[in-house]
Amino acid sequence: MVLIFADQTDGQFKKTTFEALSYGAKVAEQLGVHAEALVLGTVNENLNSLGKYGVTKVHHVRNEVLNSFDAQVYTQVISEAVKATGAKVVVVAHNNTGRAIAGRLSARLKAAMVPAAVSLPDTTGGFIVKKVVFSGKAFANVSLNTDIKIISLNMNAFKIAAVEGTAEVSVLDIPVEAAKVKVVATNKVTGEIPLTEATRVVSAGRGLKGPENWGLVENLAKALNAALACSRPVADSGWRPHHEHVGQTGIAIAPNLYVAAGISGAIQHLAGVNRSKVIVVINKDPEAPFFKAADYGVVGDVFEVLPKLTDEVQKFKGV
Amino acid sequence: MKILVCISKTPDTTAKIAFKNGNSQFDDNGVQWIINPYDEWYALVRAIELKEKDASTVLHLVNVGGADADPIIRKALALGGDEAIRINTTDLHDSFYVASQIAEVARNGGYDLIFTGKETIDYNGSSIGGMVAELVGLPYISLATHFEISGATATVTREIEGGEEVDEVSLPVVVSCQKGMAEARIPNMRGIMSARTKPLKVVEPIEAPVFTTIQNFELPPPKAGVKLINPDNLSELVRLLHEEAKVI
Repeated sequence: MVLIFADQTDGQFKKTTFEALSYGAKVAEQLGVHAEALVLGTVNENLNSLGKYGVTKVHHVRNEVLNSFDAQVYTQVISEAVKATGAKVVVVAHNNTGRAIAGRLSARLKAAMVPAAVSLPDTTGGFIVKKVVFSGKAFANVSLNTDIKIISLNMNAFKIAAVEGTAEVSVLDIPVEAAKVKVVATNKVTGEIPLTEATRVVSAGRGLKGPENWGLVENLAKALNAALACSRPVADSGWRPHHEHVGQTGIAIAPNLYVAAGISGAIQHLAGVNRSKVIVVINKDPEAPFFKAADYGVVGDVFEVLPKLTDEVQKFKGV
Repeated sequence: MKILVCISKTPDTTAKIAFKNGNSQFDDNGVQWIINPYDEWYALVRAIELKEKDASTVLHLVNVGGADADPIIRKALALGGDEAIRINTTDLHDSFYVASQIAEVARNGGYDLIFTGKETIDYNGSSIGGMVAELVGLPYISLATHFEISGATATVTREIEGGEEVDEVSLPVVVSCQKGMAEARIPNMRGIMSARTKPLKVVEPIEAPVFTTIQNFELPPPKAGVKLINPDNLSELVRLLHEEAKVI
């Protein structure tokens, strides 16, 4: 059986969870076994509905301790659930929660784990999964050589597939240890599309000359319904918050559309964005290295191109 | 207080990524090696800042690798580590093997705080911290952007889905560090001089299993080449994004 950890935030599921569920269902289909989901803590949603991502059963551990996250406690509960259900493959989303638990789970279950996975397993002669290495500049095919296997699925690496069906919900009674990590505050970025979940991203660099010009970037992002990002010098100069920095040492993203304005495209920046499906580069320097990695390019002044492009997008959308 | 910072040797961020021997090995010809940036800029520098606030702090470094890691270990000592331990192994092992070695050092060292970078820029695993925490039986806070300490309690800000969270935890704890924790530094001449005489202990690895093996590497398929659009004809770009690329 393939067990997918369906991570929830404030009682709700996110895109990365649906990707993990769809992926896990496909892995199960490939292995000729069932896919089942594991949910921890209180949820506001009807768990039967997770069936539409291909799972036949949802195991729910309802203990309230699980409403705040402690990697040690989550690992203990997920490990017990794996043992109780006899799961042979465990799928988690490689989001912030997944990164906190995947390694722990691997150590606890003595199970091989592949982080930042981007492919279905090749099971023709073993169990081999492709993963991102060198910050997106290459891939490695990793063989998982233990009885239980853990896959931490990279974001935007697998398409959500909705099917017909509802899942049976079963309450799983697992004793839960007391949490050692106490959550004292949470600050959610509201009203914006989280960068890691965005299907479209508009990003800008030093070519914008100063934070006061970011309205141009924001307008295009709004027209495209895209999240905002920036290059490292921009975040380092304090023009934009650090959580918008994409690149080798910032966030790695893989949206369907990445628009880069006034970013030269240093190799460290490319490492964070080169898994984007389509890259549009706007730069006045025709020699900017970013054009080599782009699908579409506009050689022009960002201060002229951005407003014009925003107009054209709005026209296209009939605004 | 006693702090252990885990440092890994990685290719420089500008290194050309190529493979050899039938794509089974990284081609390190001409590659410059550095301390993994997350380990150096965030984990190590934050640990040094904590030591600067409390001079009684002991700061140890651990690396799992061969003698070719010694230059980057010396650099970490020059930045401000007191003593380094290198687990002597040159074979290619997986994360669990590496974590098992670090866990052994952690168990025997009586550390209050164990810092790692959020991931290495070569394997991108982000798993060592969690594995060490599990093997030693400690709490783990990942992707930390701020870290403060007061007595035996740490206050840590970490990145969560769509925002951040502030956690409190009693020491000892394992923390993985990312941007926000500290600012990169360069070693000064005094640091470089003193690093030469600081202890760098080389110890042999313990027996530990390997769960995964890398079969081979692949480079992403090359881009077809950029299609340039006239800046006076941006409706064409919108049309292409809609009709050809199908992304809007």
